[in-house]
Amino acid sequence: MAISEKLDAFFSEKMKEYPTSRSFLVPMLLYSQDEIGYVSDEVIAHLAKKTGLTELEVRNVISYYSMLRTKPAGRYNVQVCTNISCQLRGADELFAHCKKKLGIGHKQTTPDGMFSLEEVECIGACSWAPAVQVNYDFHENLTPQKMDAVLENCRKKAKQ
Amino acid sequence: MADQKEVKNVSITVDGKQVTAPAGTLLIEACKTVGIEVPSFCYYPGLSLQAACRMCLVRIEKMPKLQTACTVPITDGMVVTTESDEVRQARKSMIELLLGNHPLDCPVCDAGGECELQDMTFKYGAAESRYMEGKLHKDEQQWSPVVYFDRPRCILCYRCVRVCGEGMDVWALGVQNRGSGSVIAPNRDDHLECEECGMCIDICPVGALTSGAYRYKTRPWEMNHIGTICTHCGDGCKTTLGVRRSDTGTDIVRGDNRDKSGINGDFLCIKGRYAFDYFDHPARLKQPLLRKNGQLVPVSWEEAVDHAGKRLREIRDSKGGQAIGVIGSNRTTNEENYLLQKFARTVLGTNNIDHHRTADFAGLARAIAGKENATATMRDVFTAPAILLIGNDPTEQHPLLAWNIRTNVRLNQAKLYLANANPIKLRRQATRFVQLAPGREGKLVSFLNGDDAAAGSLTNATVSNDVLKQFRDELRSQQNLIIIFGSELQGTDIAALVKFGAGLKAKFICLGDYANSRGAADMGVYPDLLPGYNAVASAVKFSEEWGPLPSAKGLSLTEMAQAARQGQLAALYLVGSNPIADYDFDPAAFRNTFIVAQELFLTETATLAEVVLPAASAYEKSGTFTNTCGDLQLLKKAGDITGVKTDFEIIVRVAERMGADIRKLVPFGGATRADMGQSRGAQSGEADRHAVWLAANGMEPRMSPFDPMAILDEIQRLVPGYEGSRLNLLAGNEQHVTAAEHSAAGPGDGLVQIVPSNDTLFTSGTLGRYSNTLNSVIENHRANPVDQEVMAD
Amino acid sequence: MADLVSHPDEVRIVSKRFGKGAAEIEQYLKLDGYKAVQKALRMQPDEIINEVKTSNLRGRGGAGFPTGMKWAFVPKESAKPKYILVNGDESEPGTCKDRLILEHDPHAVIEGVMIAGLAVGAKVGYIYIRGEYRYLVDIMRKALDDAYAKGFLGKNIFGSGRQFDAYWHTGAGAYEVGEESALMESLEGKRGIPRIRPPFPAVVGLWGGPTVINNVESLASVPHILLMGGQKFADLGPPRNGGTRLFCLSGHVNKPGVYELPMGYPMKKLIYDVGGGIPNGRKLKAVVPGGSSTFLLNAEEAENINLDFDSFSKRGEFLGSGGVVVVDDQTCMVKFALRIMKFYQHESCGWCIPCREGTDWLKKTLTRFHNGGGLKKDIDNIKYLAQNMLGRTFCPLGDAAAIPTMSIVDKWRDEFEAHLEGKPCPFEPEAVITELPVLSH
Repeated sequence: MAISEKLDAFFSEKMKEYPTSRSFLVPMLLYSQDEIGYVSDEVIAHLAKKTGLTELEVRNVISYYSMLRTKPAGRYNVQVCTNISCQLRGADELFAHCKKKLGIGHKQTTPDGMFSLEEVECIGACSWAPAVQVNYDFHENLTPQKMDAVLENCRKKAKQ
Repeated sequence: MADQKEVKNVSITVDGKQVTAPAGTLLIEACKTVGIEVPSFCYYPGLSLQAACRMCLVRIEKMPKLQTACTVPITDGMVVTTESDEVRQARKSMIELLLGNHPLDCPVCDAGGECELQDMTFKYGAAESRYMEGKLHKDEQQWSPVVYFDRPRCILCYRCVRVCGEGMDVWALGVQNRGSGSVIAPNRDDHLECEECGMCIDICPVGALTSGAYRYKTRPWEMNHIGTICTHCGDGCKTTLGVRRSDTGTDIVRGDNRDKSGINGDFLCIKGRYAFDYFDHPARLKQPLLRKNGQLVPVSWEEAVDHAGKRLREIRDSKGGQAIGVIGSNRTTNEENYLLQKFARTVLGTNNIDHHRTADFAGLARAIAGKENATATMRDVFTAPAILLIGNDPTEQHPLLAWNIRTNVRLNQAKLYLANANPIKLRRQATRFVQLAPGREGKLVSFLNGDDAAAGSLTNATVSNDVLKQFRDELRSQQNLIIIFGSELQGTDIAALVKFGAGLKAKFICLGDYANSRGAADMGVYPDLLPGYNAVASAVKFSEEWGPLPSAKGLSLTEMAQAARQGQLAALYLVGSNPIADYDFDPAAFRNTFIVAQELFLTETATLAEVVLPAASAYEKSGTFTNTCGDLQLLKKAGDITGVKTDFEIIVRVAERMGADIRKLVPFGGATRADMGQSRGAQSGEADRHAVWLAANGMEPRMSPFDPMAILDEIQRLVPGYEGSRLNLLAGNEQHVTAAEHSAAGPGDGLVQIVPSNDTLFTSGTLGRYSNTLNSVIENHRANPVDQEVMAD
Repeated sequence: MADLVSHPDEVRIVSKRFGKGAAEIEQYLKLDGYKAVQKALRMQPDEIINEVKTSNLRGRGGAGFPTGMKWAFVPKESAKPKYILVNGDESEPGTCKDRLILEHDPHAVIEGVMIAGLAVGAKVGYIYIRGEYRYLVDIMRKALDDAYAKGFLGKNIFGSGRQFDAYWHTGAGAYEVGEESALMESLEGKRGIPRIRPPFPAVVGLWGGPTVINNVESLASVPHILLMGGQKFADLGPPRNGGTRLFCLSGHVNKPGVYELPMGYPMKKLIYDVGGGIPNGRKLKAVVPGGSSTFLLNAEEAENINLDFDSFSKRGEFLGSGGVVVVDDQTCMVKFALRIMKFYQHESCGWCIPCREGTDWLKKTLTRFHNGGGLKKDIDNIKYLAQNMLGRTFCPLGDAAAIPTMSIVDKWRDEFEAHLEGKPCPFEPEAVITELPVLSH
């Protein structure tokens, strides 16, 4: 899958802000993923050409960053932080609840492609723990009940 | 090198010893100068610094933490401790951590016995395991016909990644994932697309990267190691062959350059590392063949040599030497080449001798005759401040030259000026690159010499004259320039190029294609030139020693083929040459020519022969090679194949059967017979000049007519520019020879007859066709076509 | 997005515009916005640097290096362009303050970058925001666009004839990139592997040019310092620890939140007064004083220390990033150590042996230990491993992993001993033992 021309034009503009052509690579990978759901082989080939890098080098970079993936995930990627501040306030139970509720484990996707689940490291919501990011949206001070509402909301949004 | 700034020396104290070295020297290197080896896995001289393995941690006074000796430049007064309980514990803990996941399969690992991790474990004694969990396991992967990767053994020192990228400019290896999941990855998912040089394997401190050609074949301590010279291209890399006894002689099981000696340092390409394997190809000839009733049948050496000698004698005596042709080899030793032309001129009585010329060395000799220091060594290429390269594609045809150029540019900021009809890979290192229109290399030389009118036709593209002039102006401002050219420049173009270089103190390198192409030229395997580029017409020095010589220029290789076609070539004596394949001659032309072929394989040409004599390859004999730059090096016998004989011995035996005086052909013996020169003919004068020379050089007379050193003695005596320290040569060092500078070739006839081999990284003339490794790599590349050149980082 | 809290002890400097809509440029201007940079335009570079030196502002990322001194390290003359790089890769567990600044006061960051640029002679600044904070990237993009539209950024800032450009940039998930040299690698489009130092970024940084790298909070403090005066800022805290700091209170407290308090504020008051104490009538067991990379304090230590750099460095410990995580007495410290190690194992870049292998073995050992498979020798092994990482890794991440681990083993060794020989975790008696030791060699 390829990225849109609009996004590509945006990349070309942003690249001008740096003295080397590879500098904007990490954001380009992330924004490409946001658009098509993952970093596809086509995107890798395209960005390699765009930045004058080998595809290998682009893959080296991708595999370093934990948010980047080369396989599609669910429409809603549920990222449960279980780091210390969240753990002290019930994140493990929350993660267990999500696993049970969605019927999937860490880095798995529901068969309908609606949800992916991921246990993640600190997302900067320590004072509002436990917290979850669904895609880029923060949900904080969660309980299993509130989590159910978050998931339900996602399903509703998906139907619209 | 490019910047000759004065660097101040500073003094430091290491383990109580005073060390003085230039300021800025890395501590780890400074330590080496006083014999203190600080251990390291990731540090590798010449490659970028990593500070990743933490093995070189040392204590430096006034610094709060242990410091990595590989990254700290020394400063005056530094006080360093490289061995203490603290330092030892730090290193021990690194080893413990590595061994936690490292499979202890040392008993079957290729690296067992020559593994840096083993050595460090032995030294720091991390014998006890602190961990209970299972080791991470991954199956080994085959990345190419020659590269295997065993991930669990990998200690992530990144040497392979750097040597592939920085060193080779291939960038085929990367690091993927992070943390404990970090892994070395090939550029094509599950396989490599690369130059297959094997540098990654060689540089691996453990057994993580192993060679498809060597893996699980033997244990390191079962091998003997012979330092000799690669037999493929003209660069003359030193290679260490691991040899082992086998049923049929001595097997060569591995090629590397383990002591990093020689002109190539660390470097070997795929051919140097793996393509020795033609030597035991099943198609190798191991018994003489004689044509009987139209069929080549195995016969004894006695019968074959006897037949060859008798028939050649008959032909010489009945039709004269001019009816006999001789084609020599680019891959036999200097001694064999010299002997062959001497045999041709003194025994067969003909100047009809030639070889497959891949570069105009004679043209270079004519152009630089009488000039001092006109040729550059291979080592010079490593340090020269500026290089002009016209034509050729060293990455494919002269891999060591390409490595030296790249490394010089990378480490010394040397300037590379490139003019080529193709956008060859070295353009990535070039300061200036001019893409010429095909065949305009000679025009470029005119332009360099000031012919501005030539500029218009130099390039296809719209390159402005200003760009070309800048190219020329920058070159003109260079001092100590090295000018390298391929077969694109010949004859008068070379003369013009030498004229251009005259004002710049330039040195030249002419690029010939095979391991001893230069040697064949230097040794006079030419119809018009005797050894040392002496014209046959004025060969007084040689005729004084050898007796009367034919003085008319002989037939060139193509003229011999023409003579054969016209029924005027009664006999053809071939040594290690395959003109039918190289020149695409019609085999039928040789129907009525008596052919003797000394060969390794039954080649297209050898199949036409009446007598086929199985010859030893250059891995199975001693002697010397001269590389394309003129660096003379010693060849040492490594392998052994039962049934074959060296070309040297074969020539001597055939000569003997022709009734020649062997003592004249090969100056051996002497001392035991009190030879005062009489046996060497009237021209030898009052005393045996050879014996006098031997005595003067402190050398013993040779005791065997098959001893190539006897001929080397004569070469060094009679070919100016080939003198030099025999000790240095025998010690395995190269010696730059200057036969070309000393030539007396006279004007050429303008017919240079160069036929470039057009070999690539993965081909090597006839020999390459019998290398299983090269064939498997070619096959693999065919199956996975290279879609594009990889870009530099 | 995140809830704001308040407490009477707070001294609002950096947070003074929180909740006031200052992400909108007009509102920001009403709240003294862009006054400091205009003042800076009238100052000599050395004057700016001296003002920041006087303020005793110390790096708010956690290392506490004096900001003014960092700026002074940048050479005056440089053949290569100089750069300002904002470290908004906030990822230290327990830390969530830069997020609030970027959300509520993005222009203060832009203003800080510009002032830093004027001080060191840089004409370009990059604002690097961690990939997870996408909504903040969007806020920053708008803020930058608005500042450009007003002519505050660009070729002729505030009509001064001087040029300054500021750009946003984002990561994609890597704690290690918060390390300043790894941050530069990431901004250059590479894997976030730290660089060998020296040379330090102030001399050889982004693309080889001299580079100032500052935390978001540090730079957001700078406009206030210029407006209120360095001395006044310094006077808010104890000697050598100027100003206020955003403390991110989390864990077992009744009123978690981000509070701006003067440097040197007592930890005890932070937990019991500001934070409202420990919930459910439990007692204090431990405090992570400034993100998970710091030495843990036990209850007694925590109740007797002040929150400034020097109070900690006196003990050979670190104040850290402002992420104060409070741990009650019903928490298993083995599990806590495991969770910390799991983080470092996940985030180790893998470059050097001790960090890559050390964090992995520590995680494995602690996992087995917490699951009841611990052996007595493991306790010493855990400490041995941590000790052998400390000070020997390529970058501070190895230290960050070793430090909490060592302090937990030292201070709560009894809890490790309680797990031995197949005994279940005393705090989770119902937990099933899932992994028993497998002898592998």
